Order: sequence, then structure tokens, then C-alpha cells
Amino acid sequence: MDAILLQILNGLDKGGAYALIALGLTIIFGTLGVVNFAHGALFMLGAFCAVALKSLLQVSFVTESATQKDFLGNPLKIETPYIEHWFGDFGSFLIEYSVPAAILMAIPVMLLIGVTMERGLIRFFYKRPHAEQILVTFGLAIVLGEVVKKFFGANPIPQSAPELARGMVDFGVMLGFDPGAVPYPTWRLVYFLFSLAVIGSVFAFLQFTTFGMVVRAGMADRETVGLLGIDIDRRFTIVFGIAAVVAGLAGVMYTPIQPPDYHWGMDFLVLSFVVVVVGGMGSLGGAVSAGFLLGILQSFASMNEVKSLLPGIDQIIIYLIAVIILLVRPRGLMGRKGVMES
Amino acid sequence: MTASKTTSSSDLILLACFAAAVMAGPVILAPFGAGYPDLLQKFAIFGIFAIGFNILFGLTGYLSFGHAAFLGAGSYTAVWTFKLFSMNPIPAIIMATAFGGVFALVIGFISLRRSGIYFSILTLAFAQMSYNLAYSVLTPITNGETGLQLVQTDPRWLDTTVFGRDYGSTLPSSDLFGITMTGYSGFYFCAVMLIICFYISMRIFRSPFGLMLRAVKTNQNRLNYTGVNTRPYTLAAFVISGMYAGLAGGLMAVTDPLAGAERMQWTASGEVVLMTILGGTGTLLGPVIGAGAIKYFENIFSAYNDTTLMNIFSFLPEGLQTGVVNILGLFVGDGWHLTLGALFMLIVIFLPGGLMEGVNRLVNWATARFKNKDDGAPTPEPAAS
Amino acid sequence: MSVLSVKNVNKRFGGLQALNEVNLEVEEATVHAIIGPNGAGKSTLLNCFVGRLMPDTGNVTFDGHSLLGLPPHEINQIGVSRVFQTPEIFSDLTLLENVMIPAFAQRDGAFQLNPWHSVSDESEVSGEAMEMLRDVGLSDQAQDIASQLSRGDKRRLELAMCLVQKPKLLLLDEPTAGMARADTNNTIDLMKRIAERGVTMVVIEHDMHVVFSLADKISVLAQGTVIAEDLPEKIKGNPKVQEAYLGGAHL
Repeated sequence: MDAILLQILNGLDKGGAYALIALGLTIIFGTLGVVNFAHGALFMLGAFCAVALKSLLQVSFVTESATQKDFLGNPLKIETPYIEHWFGDFGSFLIEYSVPAAILMAIPVMLLIGVTMERGLIRFFYKRPHAEQILVTFGLAIVLGEVVKKFFGANPIPQSAPELARGMVDFGVMLGFDPGAVPYPTWRLVYFLFSLAVIGSVFAFLQFTTFGMVVRAGMADRETVGLLGIDIDRRFTIVFGIAAVVAGLAGVMYTPIQPPDYHWGMDFLVLSFVVVVVGGMGSLGGAVSAGFLLGILQSFASMNEVKSLLPGIDQIIIYLIAVIILLVRPRGLMGRKGVMES
Repeated sequence: MTASKTTSSSDLILLACFAAAVMAGPVILAPFGAGYPDLLQKFAIFGIFAIGFNILFGLTGYLSFGHAAFLGAGSYTAVWTFKLFSMNPIPAIIMATAFGGVFALVIGFISLRRSGIYFSILTLAFAQMSYNLAYSVLTPITNGETGLQLVQTDPRWLDTTVFGRDYGSTLPSSDLFGITMTGYSGFYFCAVMLIICFYISMRIFRSPFGLMLRAVKTNQNRLNYTGVNTRPYTLAAFVISGMYAGLAGGLMAVTDPLAGAERMQWTASGEVVLMTILGGTGTLLGPVIGAGAIKYFENIFSAYNDTTLMNIFSFLPEGLQTGVVNILGLFVGDGWHLTLGALFMLIVIFLPGGLMEGVNRLVNWATARFKNKDDGAPTPEPAAS
Repeated sequence: MSVLSVKNVNKRFGGLQALNEVNLEVEEATVHAIIGPNGAGKSTLLNCFVGRLMPDTGNVTFDGHSLLGLPPHEINQIGVSRVFQTPEIFSDLTLLENVMIPAFAQRDGAFQLNPWHSVSDESEVSGEAMEMLRDVGLSDQAQDIASQLSRGDKRRLELAMCLVQKPKLLLLDEPTAGMARADTNNTIDLMKRIAERGVTMVVIEHDMHVVFSLADKISVLAQGTVIAEDLPEKIKGNPKVQEAYLGGAHL
């Protein structure tokens, strides 16, 4: 029982990331009719916002210690980040909280990237075949990945969560299990709650603003909304920007869970596409529920008990589910019928 | 019909020119610095891969993102054939082609139940499953991350019992009745395969079967209402292209008896898509040209680094030199993939018909110019003067 | 003798009864027109003939075969061809290829793995296709790409594609919709010539001019029910038909 609870919990953070990426993908597909293979790259760019901020904050100057010596007997060199030097404790605090602080940086940066992407590239592909949309965004994904690789190297760069969130939450105790039976890293809990908050805001935005209403109407029937004389173009740009921000934020907060590298774009993209397909193309609720569902299933599949029963299942579970869903229920769990068929 | 006679004889000329160009490859490409066997082998092998992919994507319009799985499977099959049966490349490529076909039959049978982007995602999912499994559970067959290699103690049953060959203590390489499949002989083996594959693809293009495949691409709905069951047609195209991929994978193992799972990764599938569209989707020659161009530039660009660039631009003033080198440096060496991605985008944006379309446009433009000059009288200019 | 027979067909979409106990008999070698106001269920009915829709209850038989549950290609293979409301052609291919494809389908069946044959050796099929293009007046453009044709020419091409298969039954969904008068008259002439060859036709049409120049028999569909079925000269005077077209809620 506690093992099951643990696996569910383990799946939640990954599921949250899937859900956030898939949410953007599905909004872009639903409103703009574009299949964006570069959406995983946006998630990756978000993650590197966190990396960039951290390295910016840690730019240091070197002083020689008067008292301490290194092992050669020379005065020990001490690196002091400028920001600590200038702001003292507040500087250290900023470095400590660089990951959450990166959210503030990622919002404008990702918005800018998203808007540039839509204006500069995507809008020329609204009327072109899906195959060409896939190909051009695939090319863009490679380019973005390679640029990041050029600046940050090919190796994963570990990021740490703030001290406060580095420990474990003992869920088991709250539910009456033995202490220590269901340990759960605090940051993963934070990530889960964060993803819920972002998902909630996106839904609230779509539900309660006029803008959101237009977007939802556009997802239901793009052509008619265009005919109503609503300036779809400008809204499309903003929609794309928002989707980019959502993916970016998912990336920022994911860095302490898994060290980011330039390959994230591709890795997460394939999975998120599967999530969108399972949830149903163009369905918001589908994307979110399928994201969490697949995250949890993936974590179950990596249990040793399951692996010994079905070797290799952890490697293929997500794809297997996608195949089954596509064959049995091609519109996905919550998708409308006929979307993207042929 | 008289028109048909001319097409088939022009096809024969095309085939003859193609064969001659391939066979003379080492000589023709030498001035471009591409006349050495390793690269030539790659041209031929990826040419085959792309020709096969084009039979599916170019004719039917079904965009598979999982064809690397068949390539990888072909490589594994060929290496296993070497290990178990014989170092002769013929059984190896026959097995690789056959296994590529069977594998494609299974995956195609399931994936072709859907079309459009769903088909792409299904093929992608299968390829990723194959890739992940090759690294994990299938390690006994694939040898995981190390890759499948020949070892001296391999049984090579056919070689020992039928041909009575004993390689002694050396690790054998593949050979065709005594001709080692490395260097130029390896290239010529691949080249013959490429020519055969090109010929088969040409026959398919010109056949009623090929016509039906093109009809699938332009209007599948109409085709259904015309009394054609499209599923077996698309499946046949999928299997044929899977066999081409299997053969290409097999040839990779022939020229270098090693098979690794990275050949199955979806970026490898993306590469063959790029080759095909770069050359010209749905054209006969395009995919071969695309494959050649990509492998050629990969080779050239990867060889450069900042130092070589500095030497090239040494004639510039120093500040400008570093600037130019810094920018260009992004695209060469390790940055080759960046070039690849950018090329991908440029082609899709500006030349979706690929290089072949570009050539056609040029030819049309040139002939139009030429015609205008030829009979200048009807053009408005003389009338004005 | 009736070739196409529709018995008690019902089709419901959610709350809408699209077809309600529809019965219809189409006699061999006649032109049978189905008319009716918008939303009467004409296209729904046609879609039930070709396997695009499955009726909830009832049966559709052609030449003794039940058509229910058959995929479109099998329905075509037993002799039913269809012309669509917006011409469905192979727009990337040449006109000749457009007509050769159905000719191949007619000769080789639903699937034929013949990658080793050459289209250029199939002089019989291409000759037949050429003949058909000449018949509809498009032989001069045989080597052109079909997407360049005008809408009227596309329709004629589509007719040629259907006729080359020598169908026993030809279904036409508003064959003159969106056409200029001259094109419409050409199409009527063409269809008259087809009818003279003894091809059975079912025509859905809005244009009464077309209907009355072609039809041997007319069925009037209103709100999913056949309200009248008669010879053209008699249908005009039918009070129920006048009611459906002019009376009630529409005005």
C-alpha cells in the first residue's frame, strides 16, 4: 500500500511537467492548428533560464585569504560573488533561491522567445501541410538545442533547490503509515503544487477573461471565429507566447529534479506529444489528465516488482500506451472526434 | 502510345547515366575532396536509405518518423549473420533486407491504421520503443551501449562447414569470396546495390502500383471511392521502404561490422527525412542527391574547427577575423548539427520541393529567358521603340 | 427491375431524425432524382448508399448485395460510382492519370501488387482513358495537371473517372452546384448522353432546370421522409411538394 502511494507521488512531478508542456502544445494546436515540434525546446530553454540566472548571480571576484592556506601553503583563494559583496545576506539569499527567482526572469524571456518564434516563423506555416509544420519546427528544435549546447556545453548542469525545500516530506506519517515509509522530496512536492498552480491559472485565464473566451472559441471552431471579425492574428501571437511561458516555467522549476542538458528538448517533446495524443488533440483537460496519468504509470512501471514481471516495461510504457490509445480510441481520452484524422 | 516509348527510353538513359556517375564516383568526387572510400560508402548507403524512404513518403505522403528502427534492425541482423553463418556479405544483406521487411510489416500493419500526424507519432513511438529496448532488455541481442561486435570465437557455421574457411586467430572482416569489403571494394559493393535499388525504385515509380501510391498522396478519399483498397498499397510501400532501410543497415555492417542502438534513434529518422526533402520529395534522383549532400557537408563541416577557420580568414584584419570565426565556428565541427537544423528550416521554408525543384525552376527560368531572346519580336520592348 | 432498393432506412444524429423510414426503388437504366429543401436528408441518404454512413435500421441493397457495412472500395467494386458535391479528383496528377487510376481499379480489383509493370505498357487502359477524356471533351488537356482545371472541367473529369469504370449505378451529389449556366448546360448534355447508354443514375440536385431536363422519376425528401415519388410532370402539381417547398415555416 505504501509502495503504491510512493509510486503515485513519484509520478506526480514528472506528470506535472508533461502536463504543462502538453497543455501548451494542445493550445497551440487547437487555436493555431500548428503541430509544434519545437515545444520541448521551449521547456529546455526555460530550464536554461534557471541555469543562466544562477551563473550570472555567481559571477565572483577572487581574494586571497589572510589566514587560511591551501595544501601547497599558498594563501587560499576565496571566490566571493559580487552580489554577496554588494548586497550581503540578500545576495546570498538570491543565490540560494536562484531557481524560483528564475521564474521572474523566465516569464519575459520566454514570452519574447515565443512571440518572436510565432511572428518570425510559425505564422508562415498556418496554411501549410502538417508535415511541413512538423519538419520546420523539428529543424528549429535542433537549432535551439545546438545553440544551448554551444553556450552551456553538452553535460547536464545540476541545479539545487533552496535549502528549505531540500529535505523530505514524510507523507506516510500523515496517512498513518510508519515513519519513513513514504518519503517524498520536498522540492518534488513544490513542483507538483507549482504545476497545479500554473495549470489553474491557465484554466482561469481561459475561463474568465474575454481573451480566453476567444481562444476557447477558436479551439472549438477556428474558422467561424475568424469570420466574426476578431483579430485572430494578434491573439495567436499572444497565445503562442503564453504557451511558451508555460513550457518555460515548467522547465525552470524542473531543474533541481533533473539536471538540465540541451537534449531535454527532444526527450520531453516526444513524451509530451504522446501525452497530447493520449489526452486528445486539442483537449485541455485531456492534456492535463493524461500528463499526470502517464507520469504515474511511468513511475509504476519502474517498480522492481513490475519490471521483473514485464522486463523492459519501464522503457516503453508511455509509447505502448500511446500506441494502444491511438488504435483503440484515436481521438484520445478526451479529444473531439475527427480532429487531425487524415 | 508513342509518348510512352520515349519515357521508357529516357528512363534507360537516366539509369545508365546514374550508374555511370555512381561507378565513376571516386573520380568525379575527388576534386571536391570526397573521393575516398569511407565517405563514398556513406553516400551509397544513405542513398539507398533515402530512396527507400522516398518510396513511402514521396509517393504516398505518409511521413514516418521511425525509419531508423529498420536501419538499426538491419545492422543487427547483418552482424548476427556474420557471427552465426558467414562473413560473406551476401547472406548478411539478404537477411538484413528480409528482417527489415518483416519488422516493417509488423509496425506498418499497426501504424497504417492511422494517417496524418497520428501515423507519424505511431512510427515515432515504435522507433523509440525499439531504441529503448535495444539499450535495456534486448542487451543479450544488441550488446547494449557497447554495440554488437564480431569476436574471434563466433561460430560462423557456413564458413567453417561449407566453405571450410578458418580465419585463425585474426578477427575477420567481411569479404565477398576473398575480396575484403573495406575501402574501394566495399564502396563498389554498395554502389552496385545502390544502382539496383535505384532501378527498382524507378520501376515502382513507373508502375500502376506507383501510380496508385501517388494517388494515395493526392486524394485518398477519392481513391477509396474509386474501388481501391488503399491499406494494402500503403502497407506494401511501407514494407518496401523498410526493406531498403534494412538493406542500408546491413551494408553499414558490411563495411564496418559493428551495430549500435544509436542508429535507431529518432534523430537518425529525422536525418533521412531531411535527406529526402533536401533532394526533392517524390523525385527519383532527389533522395540520392540529398543523402550525398548531407553526408558530404557533414564530413566537410565536421572537419573544420576554430583553428582551421582562423587560417582561412587570416587575410582579414584581426578583430574582424575573430568575429567571423566566432560566428562561423558555431556551424562547424561539433556545431554541424546546428547547420543541419538550420538547413532543415531553410529548405522547408523556401524550397519545399527540394533541390530538384530548385533545378527545375532554374531550368524553366533559363528556358523562358532563352525563348524571349530567341523570338524577341513579340516582347513589348521593340513595340515601344 | 429495380437495381437499388432502400427499405425502411432510419438515421439519427443526436436529437435529429435525419432519415425517417425512407423507402426508395431505383429502376434499371433510369435517372432518378432526389430533391428536397435544405436539410431534408438528401446527402445523408446518399452517404448511406456508399458506405460513408451506416443507417441505424433498415437496409440498402444493390443488385442483390446488401451495401450496409461495406467499405467504400467494395461498394465501388460491385458497380457503384459516385460524383461528389465538390469534385474529388487527384489534383496533383495529370488528367490522363486521373482517368487511368479508376480504369486500373476496374480491371485489377481493389489491390494489385504490380510494381514491375510499366504504366506506359498499358496501352489498352490508357487508350480507354483517352477515349473517355475525349468523350467529356478534355482530351486536349490530357497531359495537364488536374488542379489547373476550372470547376466545371473538374466535374467533367470526375464524371470521366466514374464512367471509365462502366458503373452499373452512378450517384451524383449536386453535379451542377456552383456552375455557370453554360457549364450547367454542358453538364446536362453530358449526363443525357450517359443516360442514353443505359447507366442507372441517382441525382441529388437543387437546380430544378437540371432535374426536369434529366429525371425519369423524382422523389421528394422533406425532413427525412419521402413525401412524394412520381414522374416529373406530375410532381410539380403535387400539393405536398408545394407545401414542403413553399409553405409553412420557411416563409
